[in-house]
Amino acid sequence: MTAFLRLLFRNRLAALGAAVLALILALVILAPLLPLPDPDATATAERFARPFSPGHLLGTDHLGRDLLARLVHGTRMSLAIGLAAALAAAVLGSAIGIVAGYAGGRTDNIIMRAIDMLMAFPYILLALAIVAALGPGLLNALIAVAAVNIPFFARNIRGITVGLAGREFIDAARLAGMGHGRIILSELLPNVLPVIVIGVSTTVGWMILETAGLSFLGLGSQPPQADLGSMLGEARAALITAPHTSVVPGLMIFLIVMSINLLGDGVRDALDPRLKSGALSRPRATTRVDRKGPVPDAPAKGLLDLQSLETQFHVGPRVYRAVNQVSLHVGRGECLGIIGESGSGKSVTALSVTGLVASPPGVVTGGAVRYEGEDLLGMPYGRLRAIRGEKIAYIFQDPLATLHPLYRIGAQMAEAIQVHHRVGAKEAEGRALELLRAVRIPNPESRLRNYPHEMSGGMRQRVGIAMALANDPEVLIADEPTTALDVTVQAQILALLDELRRERGLAIVFITHDFGVVAQLCDRVAVMYAGRIVEQGPTAEILARPAHPYTARLIACVPELGGGKRELAAIPGLPPVVDKLPPGCAFAPRCDRARPDCRAGEIALAGSGRHDVRCLHPEVTP
Amino acid sequence: MAGYILKRLLSAIPVILGITVIVFLIMAMIPGDPATAILGSYATPENVEKLNRDLGLDKPLAQRYVIWLGNMLTGDFGRSFSLNRPVLDEILDRFSATLILAGTAFVLCSLIGILAGAISAARQYSLADKAITFVVLIGISVPSFFLGMMMILLFAVKLRWLPVSGMYAIYGGGDLPDLLAHLAMPALALAAVATGVVARLSRSAMLEVLRQDYIRTARAKGVPEGRVVYGHALRAAMVSIIPVLGIQAGFVLSGAVYIEMVFQWPGVGRMLVDAILKRDILLVQGGVVFVSACYVLFNIAVDVAQGLLDPRIKT
Ligand code: SF4
Repeated sequence: MTAFLRLLFRNRLAALGAAVLALILALVILAPLLPLPDPDATATAERFARPFSPGHLLGTDHLGRDLLARLVHGTRMSLAIGLAAALAAAVLGSAIGIVAGYAGGRTDNIIMRAIDMLMAFPYILLALAIVAALGPGLLNALIAVAAVNIPFFARNIRGITVGLAGREFIDAARLAGMGHGRIILSELLPNVLPVIVIGVSTTVGWMILETAGLSFLGLGSQPPQADLGSMLGEARAALITAPHTSVVPGLMIFLIVMSINLLGDGVRDALDPRLKSGALSRPRATTRVDRKGPVPDAPAKGLLDLQSLETQFHVGPRVYRAVNQVSLHVGRGECLGIIGESGSGKSVTALSVTGLVASPPGVVTGGAVRYEGEDLLGMPYGRLRAIRGEKIAYIFQDPLATLHPLYRIGAQMAEAIQVHHRVGAKEAEGRALELLRAVRIPNPESRLRNYPHEMSGGMRQRVGIAMALANDPEVLIADEPTTALDVTVQAQILALLDELRRERGLAIVFITHDFGVVAQLCDRVAVMYAGRIVEQGPTAEILARPAHPYTARLIACVPELGGGKRELAAIPGLPPVVDKLPPGCAFAPRCDRARPDCRAGEIALAGSGRHDVRCLHPEVTP
Repeated sequence: MAGYILKRLLSAIPVILGITVIVFLIMAMIPGDPATAILGSYATPENVEKLNRDLGLDKPLAQRYVIWLGNMLTGDFGRSFSLNRPVLDEILDRFSATLILAGTAFVLCSLIGILAGAISAARQYSLADKAITFVVLIGISVPSFFLGMMMILLFAVKLRWLPVSGMYAIYGGGDLPDLLAHLAMPALALAAVATGVVARLSRSAMLEVLRQDYIRTARAKGVPEGRVVYGHALRAAMVSIIPVLGIQAGFVLSGAVYIEMVFQWPGVGRMLVDAILKRDILLVQGGVVFVSACYVLFNIAVDVAQGLLDPRIKT
């Protein structure tokens, strides 16, 4: 609770709202003690006195009544009525909601139907109908506003009750012979109460506004009784000649509602943990680059060259070192595999290449990514954009999530071409058709008009590949492109990629957790663990003689090369969380060759350069 | 699509019937003799008796409802005693004015709200975002009737740019520019709150969508950022914005009652308030049923728009 309050008041606006509200409440509560004149004492001689006139700090109204006194009393009345309406709506609405949710079945159905009917009205018409029937008056306005808000509570509370009613403790209470009434009061109510309280706090501002509105229309409080709404309503006739009589109550309503809104927003933000993780901030067009050290300028070894790349996630005070000093290269017509468990940093490595790591929270903190020798990380957005999809293209894992759900396949493919080349719509579509044929999609003409959700997983993935090939890229980065697919489709897609590599001289970076797939497709492979490369070398050699204990275990998990998808869960233990890495080898807790020196300090990636390993006691010496 | 529209229209029938039942039940709560309540205290005994016969007020509740509903279906909403003319005629005369006001405000709040929300999300934490967030906060906190009054003071009294109130100038008005001049302030005042709500929601919907994988795909394809945000992301965000527009339409319609009072706009809202103060029950009853039914139909149009936008909805 104190943590919550601290969080709440760190939000300066919420604190401001709370302060203003506290001030108003204090004013209202202390009203009887303040030396104010009688708010209803008329003095026609002093009509429409301006603010700061002697004896009347805020002036007087059309009957010569002291505005300050009326303001304080009107505020008191408005707050009381609004709060009463909110409580009435909360009590009745929650009662209806609990009963409906607890009873279930037909009772629930009938009640909720009725609630839906009430919600079909524009709310004020319902309120007006009620006031029309009961007659104008403050109490009737209160009833109307409360009634209109009952559905809101009934719906919310019913939803929660339905969830609770199926839980064991309710069944237990029933078996213990508790009556329905007691179950509702002693078991359900305590559990829904917090939601009711939050509901009241978010609607009370609204209800104050609504009751003031009805009074403004002359349907609420009747003279001489006054709330803020009726003060404003009476002042309207003199709006032009004595504007202060309108401004004073109007500003007060505004202040009350705004401070409640600010406070409510603060409460919501403090309760919503997503905001803390930064998940709701907008990812930038490219990953933020904030290199701590100098940019490495080693000569490039391949077409695409990652040099000591470091990518981190900065979440609050925590730093997750997702990619740590990773160096990789891939040449034309070559296929490099990156393998590791989920969380090993392999996908983040791939996304870092063209700055696609969501940022915030992602930050590239060091290294370089060279394409044809040129560093992509420091490149201005415009140049990087021109490379994305044109020179370096991606295939992602789950094409249902990675294709835009609301655009047709044809349009998405044509767009991939048109953002890089000035071609007409017809031509782009023709090219899309060709690409769909190239990835062997049957009936490509009709497929162009499909939406992603209308296709099978395998077909969607082929579309993903076709789209990646749209501009004849030089490098293709495939991030687990076959994980979601069944074995036969997977084999077809791998064969397709292999063919493309041979025919078009494509450089492929293939990310996977499956050594079986690596064996089929990749010339070289890099094994990643906890953000670092722990072994890299030619596929055949690593498969035959793995040096790192982790690699050996990964390979042992593959019962038969070329089989279907497998999980790496066969390795006991979990990969470490990359914000609290132990010193020394990150694999040590799961390694059965581990000795004390493994945990002592940094271990370098060492070997022939053709085959390297990061291990003090490798299975074999590469 | 035609089948879908038809299906949605049919589904409106029980809702509208439900509305009539609720209105009828509320009106049945009127204490005392309904005929006297409808005609007011200066009703002659003959008139009371005639009304009792016409409306079947001496019959049981259920029967009275059926008579009332049947009359409405034939276009007979009863006769307003305070205006001495058929209720439906009066409603139809007034409804066009409300439609112009609320419709303009609705278009304004949708356009400005979505645009402001999208800009706010696209430039999160920038000065523009902060400014928009601040204006939105004020917009959703200020009572529309107070905002309207302040606008009158500023634009009509002080600056003399716009007429104080009404729908047309009394002398020499009546053309479109005249209407627009009269419409500007009430429409803006009415749109303010809804604009704030729409902007807020659009901002969070955009932020949600900008995190999606297909946005990353668009970037990976090399789609320029402007098009990623205002094309791909906005289009996807519309799926969650449109239902809120439907709800906001109800709030705009509700707010119109206040705004019509402030600006002396000759719409249904003012008619209803006057009718309540004069205890003209039939006029209130008819007005509420008529406007609510229109609102239900409008929400169907929103559903249909949603179906057109989102191919995943089975139409
Ligand atoms: S360094 Fe030690 S703990 Fe790490 S993998 Fe090698 S043997 Fe195992």
